Amino acid sequence: MLRSKAFLTQKKNGKVVKVVKEHYLRDDIWCAAEGCIICGHTEKVLSASPQANTLLDGKPHYIVPDTNIDLMEHSAFKDVIVLQTVLEELRHLSLPIHTRLRKVIADIDRRFYVFSNEHHRETYIDKLKDESPNDRNDRARTEILLRIDFNGLMASFQHSNSGSHELPDRPAVAVVMISDDANNRAKAKEAKIQAFSVKEYVGTMVNYPELMDMVAEGGSSMDVDHKFTYEEVIRAFAYFLCNRLFRIYILLTLCTSHTHSWIKHLTPSQIAAGIKAGNLSQGKLNISMHNHLEVGYISYILLLCLYWIFAAEIKESMCGTIIGLVDGTEKQIYIIGRAHLNRAVQDDVVAVQILPKSEWRRSPSVAIVEEEEESVVEEDAKKREVDAGGIIATAGPTSMETDDLNDTDPPQPTGRVVGFVRRNWRPYVLYSCCLILFWLIFEIVLVIDGSFIYAEFRYCGYIDKSSIKTMLGSTVSQNVLFCAMDHRVPKISIRTRQAHILQDQRIVVVIDSWPKMSRHAIGHFVKALGPAGDKDTEMEVLLLEHDVPYQEFAPQVLKDLPAEGDQWTVKPEHLEGRADLRDLNICSIDPPACTDIDDALHVKLLPNGNYEVGVHIADVSYFVKPDTPMDIEAAHRGTTVYLVDKRIDMLPSLLGTTCSYCAIILCASDDTTQCLLLIKKPYSVTHNLYPSLLDLCSLRSNVDRLAFSCLWEMSKNAEIVNVDFKKSVIRSRHSFTYEEAQNRMDDMYILRHQRMERGGLTLASPEVRFKLENDSQDPVDVEMKELKETNALVEEFMLLANVSVAEKIYSKFPDSSMLRRHAAPPDSNFEALEKAISPLGLALKCGTSKALSDSLDMAILPHDPYFNKLLRIMATRCMMQAVYFCSGTLAFQDFRHYGLATDIYTHFTSPIRRYPDIVVHRLLAVCINPSERYGPELTDKIKMKELCDVLNHRHRMAQQAARSSVELYTNIFFKNKVEQEEGHVVRILKNGFIVLVRKYGIEGIVYASSTKGKPTSPGNSALIYNPKTNSLDSPATGVSIRLFDQVVVQITVDEDLEGGMRQKLKMFLVEPVVDKLSVLPLNKDLDASIDTRGKNVAADEDDAIRKGQRGTKKIRVA
Amino acid sequence: MSRIFTINMSRLELLSPEGLRIDGRRANELRKLTAKTGVLSQADGSAYIEQGNTKCLAAVYGPREVRHKMNMLHDRAIINVEFNMAPFSTAERKKRSKNDKQVSKSVLGIITFEPVIKTTLYPRSQIDIYLQILQHDGGDLQACINAATLALIDAGLPMIDYVCACTAGSIDKEPIVDLNHVEESSDSPELTVAILPKTGKVNLLQMESRLHVDNFESVANLASEGCENIYQILDQVIRDRTKGLLKQMKQ
Repeated sequence: MLRSKAFLTQKKNGKVVKVVKEHYLRDDIWCAAEGCIICGHTEKVLSASPQANTLLDGKPHYIVPDTNIDLMEHSAFKDVIVLQTVLEELRHLSLPIHTRLRKVIADIDRRFYVFSNEHHRETYIDKLKDESPNDRNDRARTEILLRIDFNGLMASFQHSNSGSHELPDRPAVAVVMISDDANNRAKAKEAKIQAFSVKEYVGTMVNYPELMDMVAEGGSSMDVDHKFTYEEVIRAFAYFLCNRLFRIYILLTLCTSHTHSWIKHLTPSQIAAGIKAGNLSQGKLNISMHNHLEVGYISYILLLCLYWIFAAEIKESMCGTIIGLVDGTEKQIYIIGRAHLNRAVQDDVVAVQILPKSEWRRSPSVAIVEEEEESVVEEDAKKREVDAGGIIATAGPTSMETDDLNDTDPPQPTGRVVGFVRRNWRPYVLYSCCLILFWLIFEIVLVIDGSFIYAEFRYCGYIDKSSIKTMLGSTVSQNVLFCAMDHRVPKISIRTRQAHILQDQRIVVVIDSWPKMSRHAIGHFVKALGPAGDKDTEMEVLLLEHDVPYQEFAPQVLKDLPAEGDQWTVKPEHLEGRADLRDLNICSIDPPACTDIDDALHVKLLPNGNYEVGVHIADVSYFVKPDTPMDIEAAHRGTTVYLVDKRIDMLPSLLGTTCSYCAIILCASDDTTQCLLLIKKPYSVTHNLYPSLLDLCSLRSNVDRLAFSCLWEMSKNAEIVNVDFKKSVIRSRHSFTYEEAQNRMDDMYILRHQRMERGGLTLASPEVRFKLENDSQDPVDVEMKELKETNALVEEFMLLANVSVAEKIYSKFPDSSMLRRHAAPPDSNFEALEKAISPLGLALKCGTSKALSDSLDMAILPHDPYFNKLLRIMATRCMMQAVYFCSGTLAFQDFRHYGLATDIYTHFTSPIRRYPDIVVHRLLAVCINPSERYGPELTDKIKMKELCDVLNHRHRMAQQAARSSVELYTNIFFKNKVEQEEGHVVRILKNGFIVLVRKYGIEGIVYASSTKGKPTSPGNSALIYNPKTNSLDSPATGVSIRLFDQVVVQITVDEDLEGGMRQKLKMFLVEPVVDKLSVLPLNKDLDASIDTRGKNVAADEDDAIRKGQRGTKKIRVA
Repeated sequence: MSRIFTINMSRLELLSPEGLRIDGRRANELRKLTAKTGVLSQADGSAYIEQGNTKCLAAVYGPREVRHKMNMLHDRAIINVEFNMAPFSTAERKKRSKNDKQVSKSVLGIITFEPVIKTTLYPRSQIDIYLQILQHDGGDLQACINAATLALIDAGLPMIDYVCACTAGSIDKEPIVDLNHVEESSDSPELTVAILPKTGKVNLLQMESRLHVDNFESVANLASEGCENIYQILDQVIRDRTKGLLKQMKQ
């Protein structure tokens, strides 16, 4: 083995320092090809006769890519040699994509081999001396081209695979280079190596036509360093002259319709300097959910030539905000209009120039409509934020207040985007336009460095039908516009041959670039999800939109399950270090038909008169060891996601034994027959070979299971005398359902009472359940979930266990415990609500959770039994979101859990469905057994904090996905239906009000101005907003609509939005009758029956609330 | 979709899945080691060692008269070790005063060499070992011990054995030997082991970071394996030097 040295210099930020590193170049890095007799490798990755999926002279070959990971993930690519240089470059550009590629490499069947060319003696080359590192980003991109020694690399491959070492029984294997960079290809060709651009190569793969659409458009349009010869330029010029008129016409069209000249972005170094000097602000862009650009577009077409009018027209149409520094203080900066947004997309980190004070937003009167519109949409967003479980909720500052304070507010700073610190969708785009400026003017192409188009962010959406210009059935490649489901994402132009096939489908697209001259971002097609409106497709869209990893578990993950499979039992060796609690009378209490039983309880009378109470949690951490593929996957998923008709598991499970997804739908139901009907449709049949981890962990009755036990000694007054934690083996005697367990509640009342004394909150949020049709899984009915006195016993002990565990782990790991906190909501969140109920003679006190809880209990209106529940729903929305955090990052007084009224809290009791619980299990295991093995992952404060951030994100997304799935089902339910229902006004806006329909738990807006639900200007509105009383008054009839008012509305789904690609729930006012606004009631008889039934339900619910029950266990994802 | 992996964002990939470290070595490979004895004519014994980019100079004076009489031991020689890092030894020039770290390294040196040198042969005298790090790239303690061993042999002091030192650590639970500066400044633990190669006795075992006891054995084994390899090289250096001296004498 040869060891030679190379010296590399590196600059650290700030000081310029010379760093000398060693670099050992090796000659024992082999080609890893099967059948090679020259190299000394034992591990054979590449096949001796690679498949050729192309028409390229039919020769077997290995592929050496330097681009387009999206393609490489496709299973058509096998026997690929990935250069270390490419991999490292990718790592710098985008770690997630690097990780994805690594996953593909780890798949043995794909036969991807990483050739460590940087460490190979023959393939390593020194950096050129005269290479001036003027721009770091530029250099990083081009480095790869300079540093691959194609000759050396290819020689080392070819010598081993063909030529002199050719084996008689197989043909020589060629090496084919795929690159979008013409320089690279030229170099390769010089070395007599076949080289193709991605487009050329994919074009020959006739069996995989879908690959063609996945090619990044920017890369293939033209090569970067295409040298224009004199001849070419002349020819182009002649061509121009010949088609002059036509060209001018085209130019005009392009300039006005599709081409839009944006302001040039600053370079990263200019931005860095600007931010340092304080001229620019930096922040993450958040575009408001509102976008009525379509309106602007139509009016624009009328004014085709007057481009500047168009610009003015859309100026106010899109609004983004960042939190940045203005004059040294952190403020919200508004970026209004697409021109100022300047190609920025949601979540980009942008550099913003503050506009002069004269242009700051002063709430102009014309913008009121828009602002209201915006607040409506914000309300939608907030609705999605509200916690399904009922304890925790979020609330940002409501725009209602800003509306009220328009006159007194100082002007809001506004700004314009001048550049990007980090783009959300891809690394910074390199322009190299000067060379082809001449060309550019006439051909209107902007040439982008296409070699490294690695899109990180994928958008789900559909093709805008109006943009399809070809005849039906045409397969000509054309540009079409893509609309993302997320309104905040601008339209993306993609090029596809399958426009007509895809037009009714949901598709996934990534953004490649957004050139200066293009009105739309340019992207490419990734995959089709299925027909729009189809339940499964929409569900997949929903999962993608919420970033929920829903793929099936990889074989590597499933390999981590015990080899015995279902036959796994507790053996004597498991008893080592564990308490044997099998003789205790332990039982579990869960909803009927629940299979993932992760907790069980026991109570025992001790000789001294005290009680021993034990909570036993499934010991998942025994099966999920740190840093195994299963652990990494579980941490990645973070939580089990519950949707209406299925469940996305965090840990591998199989459906083989029993279905468990009905748990979410019917957990509160005593109608078990219906629950069983749901089981018919299996959603996963592929894992049958592997045992279900759920089965192994689930604390089923009469089976020995590993558990983590938390044991208290309690006095008769439920005072805790002592607490102990143990790893144990238990055997549950019986699985009780809630009903069965009802009689056995004793300590719970005292515990709950104590907690309520401290100020535990009973909150509410509307939860619905669907009755689904047996076969089609279409919802046939939807109703509010009924609250029953069922699981309070379990609940109280689980809370107690969580608190005890939190205290224990915090004592041992003060810096790196994973805890959960719920911040007290700022008083301002309640202002609007307080104002609304004060005329009713009620008051809300939100100083402490105790005061709030008491005042909520007091707020009962005798004539409206539903009022209290409504108030709780609205109070819930004023709450902050509970979050996981690392104990070392906050002061102890901030640890408090407001909703549960405890000083310290964590999640310990559901390790099967929540990853934080697994981490807490590991922490606790170390606390009680000092010789327990653990790695730095438990002590590293920063890693723990990062993990918390990820888990919070996953948790939030899971909640939103669950809510969106309910929304989806609601829409399906109301499809082709008009229902008339009674509802309550929960929010007053200037141009409408929001109604919560109790029966379905849905919310919708009723516009004040027209029966069609389209917002118009406030002038001809039927209802006029009165800021003093915060009500909407009708001058014609004298009707006034206030918060909490009962109204009757008609509900329907508007399917016509954007060619049926979007659906939205619409509500129309029926009662009280308002001129020009109300619609006729459907049927008086129906109306009456609904009315009485509604009242009964309300009475039931109110009973439940008074008994102090909260949502059911399984749906509670908080 | 791959948010969780951002946890490792911007951290260096110290050990690639292909099994290569950042400088191209495999996990069980030492850096290039070159050594030379008799580099300083004034000292009684001296040595210069390069372990990768870590460069160390050792000078041995003595046995000579004890400087401070109060320290004098009447049955054996006292050993005095002074460890120093040159201000130019790291990328950023830094003037280093005598700090705790240097003192502790000096003490470690005394502990390491006291049982090896036959001090009882030189009562009421003093042996000085001066160690100077000229360039720092990780593993300065191991380089110092190896250099001191060579210098002591060069000085002709009677010793019972060589003392060979080597570091080891672990990256993602994979043990690695002979850490360089980049690896050292990651969160990898660093274990320095010095052994007497003939008997295999461990003379020094020092670690200042957390390492789980289950991982410890494999790391310690790798370190002592490294010590064995270093011994082969040092022994060869001494033999070559001695042969050279013999040749000179014959002439």
